[in-house]
Amino acid sequence: MLGTGIIKGLAVTAKNFVGSFYDPARLVTVEYPEKQIPIPENYRNFPFLVHEGDDPIATLRCVACKICENECPPQCIYIVAERDEKGKVLKKPKIFDIDIAVCMSCQICVEVCPFDAIKMDQHFEIAAGNRFEGLLLHREQLAKPNSYYQKIHPTEAAEVDAMLTAMKARQAAEKSAKAKPAPATQTPPPAA
Amino acid sequence: MTDPEIASPSAFPEPSVLATHSAATVRPVHDEFHGDLLEVSMGPQHPSTHGVFRMVVTLDGEVIVKLKPVFGYLHRNHEKLGENTTYLGSMPYTDRLDYLCSMTNNWAYALAVEKLAGQPVPERAEYVRVILAEMTRLVNHMCLVGFLFNDLGTSFTPLLYAFREREKFIDLFESLSGSRMMCNFQRFGGCRANPSPEWLGAVSKLVDGFPKFLDEYEQLLTGNEILLARTQGVGCLSPELAVQAGITGPMLRASGVGYDIRKADGYGIYPRFDFRVPIGAHGDTYDRYMMRILEMRESVKILQQALRDIPAGPVMDPKSRLRNFRPKPGEAYGRIEGPKGEIGFYLISDGSPNPLRYRVRAPSFVNLTVIEDMCLGRTVADSVVILGSVDIVLGEVDR
Repeated sequence: MLGTGIIKGLAVTAKNFVGSFYDPARLVTVEYPEKQIPIPENYRNFPFLVHEGDDPIATLRCVACKICENECPPQCIYIVAERDEKGKVLKKPKIFDIDIAVCMSCQICVEVCPFDAIKMDQHFEIAAGNRFEGLLLHREQLAKPNSYYQKIHPTEAAEVDAMLTAMKARQAAEKSAKAKPAPATQTPPPAA
Repeated sequence: MTDPEIASPSAFPEPSVLATHSAATVRPVHDEFHGDLLEVSMGPQHPSTHGVFRMVVTLDGEVIVKLKPVFGYLHRNHEKLGENTTYLGSMPYTDRLDYLCSMTNNWAYALAVEKLAGQPVPERAEYVRVILAEMTRLVNHMCLVGFLFNDLGTSFTPLLYAFREREKFIDLFESLSGSRMMCNFQRFGGCRANPSPEWLGAVSKLVDGFPKFLDEYEQLLTGNEILLARTQGVGCLSPELAVQAGITGPMLRASGVGYDIRKADGYGIYPRFDFRVPIGAHGDTYDRYMMRILEMRESVKILQQALRDIPAGPVMDPKSRLRNFRPKPGEAYGRIEGPKGEIGFYLISDGSPNPLRYRVRAPSFVNLTVIEDMCLGRTVADSVVILGSVDIVLGEVDR
């Protein structure tokens, strides 16, 4: 009979309409600013820099090696290394800027960093009133403690912490071995 | 200007000459019976052109006598960017080609680079890739059906049903790769993260419940008389033209040509799975719609087999490297059966960190080339439906 297909379809919509009042599985949205769906652990949006101690700038893990700057596909990272008064390059950044208006959250900087210094943040409510100032982050805004990293990515942070402690122990053992008889073994570069 | 009555034959070609041209040029522009032809520019800002796509349609009354597709409004220099970034750096850009199917784009690009560098892939990674690709196919086909019927005037009901379901898939993508749509998940020699058993369990649960959703969806749409009247016999594409124009994917199979790269190439581990390739009979819009529904049912079968057989182990080849990746000089073409058709990447390496030439074979772009042939003789309302059934994403068409 002509029209049965339409009636069948309308029965489906009617079922869904009624179900949306009674069946929790049909209620698929939440009212956002008041309620929030929990973010999955692997969620990523923009990078931040991990620091270890109390002073955010002095204890950054970053050594200004510029690998992430070179690998970043949209080239949103800008790094200048610190120099001492004689002009010798120190292993920390003087300028570390990320233009998150350009960043496309691809996580390649995190993957290539051999020092686990840059990680992906999960803070997404970052609307800014100004096109340039609010979205160009300097090292002061980027630096966040390791405890914050452990909070947002617990599994990943536990792996990284275990690796770093093992590496430090190995380096300390090598240093003490080198200090006594000194067979000039070079410290192997940390595994990427 | 010369008077029409004394015009020499050279000024107005013989009717026999005109007849060899397409229907577009045959009709006289000034004619006491037909009046003027009307040229309408549909798009680039038109909701039914699926993005910034423009069709210059010449109408005789309501009938289309000529249709010129105009694209390039979303050109982002993708291929040139690929030549100026490293092999790894191009991977996130491939997400942005067809932004509904980033997982299959990643796989096609990874496959091309792995061919170029002779990079093996661990077994578990192959399974993960198949699972993600088939999930992407489900997402894409669901959305396509929703958008197609949105164009037909169903005003959002099928689209929202599809989006409700798609959200569950996208949440799984997010919990695995970190991003809902721009997944950037495949790497040369494997995948970026190893899926946990809980994640695979969640996929399994979702996939097992999916046929129920498809049944509901089909009950809503397939037998609907308005839908049948609007799609059956509309926009027929002959198998000969489809083959000659290089059409691939569900659109080619709807025309009755049984060509699926999963079967023809057997890339990855697809030969291990038991699935069938649905084939249409008429090549009209209705067949193209049914093709998507049937393919989704086959994808569910593949997913269930892959989730059953997936082995334990690493998902990344230990010899693969992220930085300083320099393949030997040579060239490679990697292609897979994407949800929209054959998506392929052609790369030439000169031994440097960047490819010398980087070329994308985008299925939407090639499938769009026959839009005029399908629309001639139909009305404007039909052209919108036909365009919807082609399944284009402008990010991929314009690159």
